[in-house]
Amino acid sequence: MRHVILSIVMWLLANVAHAFEIEDRAVFGDETDSAPLRIVSTADINYFKPIIDAFRAFRPDVTIDYTVASSTEVMDAISREKHPFDIVISSAMDLQTKLANDGFARKHTSLATQDLPNWAVWNDMVYAFTQEPAGFVISNALFKGLPIPQNRQQLITALRQNPDRFKGRVGTYDIRKSGAGYLFATQDARASDTYWRLTEVMGTLDPTLYCCASAMIDDVVNGDLAVAYNVLASYAEKSPHQDKFTIILPSDFSIVMLRTMLIPKTSDNPVLAAEFLDFVLAQTYPSGVSPLLKTQSLGQAEQSTLYRISMGPGLLVYLDYFKKKNFIAEWENAIVQD
Amino acid sequence: MLLLSAAGIAILLYVVVQSVAEQIAQESQDNILAASAISILDSARVVEGDISIDLPYSSLSMLDSVTDERAFYAIRLNDEFLSGYPDLPRIAATNDATAFQSTTYLGEDIRIASTWRSFSTLEGQAYLEISVAQTLTGLNQSIARISRISLAIGFGFFLLSMVVAMVIAQSTIRPLHRLTGSVSRRGPSDLRPVAAPVPTEMAPLVTSLNSLMTRLQKSLSRSEDFIAEAAHRVRTPMAIVRTQAEVTLRRVEKEEHRQAVREMIRAVDESSRTAGQLLDHAMVSFRTDDLARETIQLDDLIVDTVNRLHPISELRDVEIKTHKLTRTKIQGDPILVQNAIQNVLDNAVKYTDADTKITVMLDQSDGYAQIRVQDEGRGFDDTEIDQLLQRFERGKNADGIVGSGLGLTIVDDIMRAHGGRITLSNNVGEGACVTLSFPL
Repeated sequence: MRHVILSIVMWLLANVAHAFEIEDRAVFGDETDSAPLRIVSTADINYFKPIIDAFRAFRPDVTIDYTVASSTEVMDAISREKHPFDIVISSAMDLQTKLANDGFARKHTSLATQDLPNWAVWNDMVYAFTQEPAGFVISNALFKGLPIPQNRQQLITALRQNPDRFKGRVGTYDIRKSGAGYLFATQDARASDTYWRLTEVMGTLDPTLYCCASAMIDDVVNGDLAVAYNVLASYAEKSPHQDKFTIILPSDFSIVMLRTMLIPKTSDNPVLAAEFLDFVLAQTYPSGVSPLLKTQSLGQAEQSTLYRISMGPGLLVYLDYFKKKNFIAEWENAIVQD
Repeated sequence: MLLLSAAGIAILLYVVVQSVAEQIAQESQDNILAASAISILDSARVVEGDISIDLPYSSLSMLDSVTDERAFYAIRLNDEFLSGYPDLPRIAATNDATAFQSTTYLGEDIRIASTWRSFSTLEGQAYLEISVAQTLTGLNQSIARISRISLAIGFGFFLLSMVVAMVIAQSTIRPLHRLTGSVSRRGPSDLRPVAAPVPTEMAPLVTSLNSLMTRLQKSLSRSEDFIAEAAHRVRTPMAIVRTQAEVTLRRVEKEEHRQAVREMIRAVDESSRTAGQLLDHAMVSFRTDDLARETIQLDDLIVDTVNRLHPISELRDVEIKTHKLTRTKIQGDPILVQNAIQNVLDNAVKYTDADTKITVMLDQSDGYAQIRVQDEGRGFDDTEIDQLLQRFERGKNADGIVGSGLGLTIVDDIMRAHGGRITLSNNVGEGACVTLSFPL
């Protein structure tokens, strides 16, 4: 609770100091420390706190200054405003890759990075430390009497057959506002045409578009939404209202997002940053004790249906001006049916 | 020299392999970049008079398929930047469909491929330019790998050629070594032509060597013939002079004249003995050149020789005794062997005092038949034993005794010709001991 109050105070302060828009901020340890480890992240404080606590148990002398911002703000903070953050954590793999590709990341190799699987590292700059699948979050109350859809095709069928029940009760990301939503949508579309059919069906049901996963989950819990599409299972699992909804990783394929970290070139404290990075990796691989790895749904999912987003210049394709314009236009055609 | 040139070739090999491989690696990277740029170009459409480009996912993901590479691209229409990285360096258009260039961007070495196509838009003809670039991590890795391989090839070639060169040099030199060995192992008077097989390259050398030895042989034998002839011619007049001198000695009364004549007889004796031994020497040289191999009953030969010397030994009151003659057979030339024994006994008789005795023994040991001749005379001077076998060398203690200095030399030659040796030593008490050893 202390952290929450503190973070509100810091947020007010930070908004004055920073040009980019921050959502939250907390300092763990000595607040007067002149050289803390500065982390900028898209992950909520509560989500990442276990890792910070574990690191501080190992290095109690280190103060960690943790700032939360949206993925595009994180990108701007590093690439445009060049803030001296030491670690950048983001769920937007495409933007992280772009940061590294455009020369804003520092290369780092160490004993801890040697045995990483190939998919977990890109160019010795971007390191993945979680695997988080996206799935459907289905309201138990509103699906009463209907079989729970296990894949996209079944979801399409359920929606088509019960338009009255689901009218105005389907939700997904507004990919124009959410970086994560855009990443999931593009990867979905790349993997299968079913995505476009589903989007069109949702379009006929007057869907609600969201900026963030938490709002979607809240609305499912409230009973405003029957189904939320492309929600990170890791977020849904943290909701205290587990009895209100069911998390489904679609059995045709589930997009798996990798949360990544990198050390920006603007870092004032790269040695400490490298130590933190190695610590997180050591907790994660090969089958580490990282608290972030404890997601039930990933453990239960059929491995062959998991579609891990691969890091690399391919991710830059959907950031292309034309590509993005075309994709969003197509998406709008499908989902916004006034 | 050979190693130096092998090293030179190895370095050349390294450089050639390296540069060819680098070129191939560069070409394969260029091909991928070109494929990427062309796939983007192919995705370009004119939609309602406007250019629209739908970047294929593979256009950039293919650049990263083997090694992690940073990738950059730029899409431009008539110098107007449309999408990608606006500050990516441009390549001047060429006649080729695709152009390549190595440069740096964002502090990294990169390779750029650019390709062009013209479109008809509402504003008229427009040139669409696609540039794709990537970093050189993979290229540098493969070049490093190739470099290691070509270094290994070069070094391996060097080692191999070193070994081959050494083997060839060895096999070239070996017959020469063999020839050298066989020539240097020869005895001083062995002038037979070299018969050992030699490589054809060395045949002229051997032929000229052989012809030199033939000439040497001829000139040697001519001079020996001459000496023998001279000795022979000298001997007869010497005999006449001696007879005349003895006759004169009987007639002369005056003591000082008699003394002079005696001196004359002594000088004549010495000269005729020398002449005789020169003849012997010539005979020995001739017979050893083409040594006869007969079976000799050595003990009988000794007894026979002792008997022959009997008149001379009696004259000097010296007794020659044979003692423990083991029955022994050897292979050799009986005339030469007898000559050797006779020379040794003759010496013994000459250098020993009256009323002493000479003992001749024969036994077998260590595969040799050994004839030992012991006297009770003055013995050898230890310091000059080694020199006594040389031609015309006489012991310091030989004063007043008629001798030529050829006797032991002749014996030595005969012993060598039979594969044996002569050993000079002194007895524990007094007198000398000469041992002749013949191989059994």
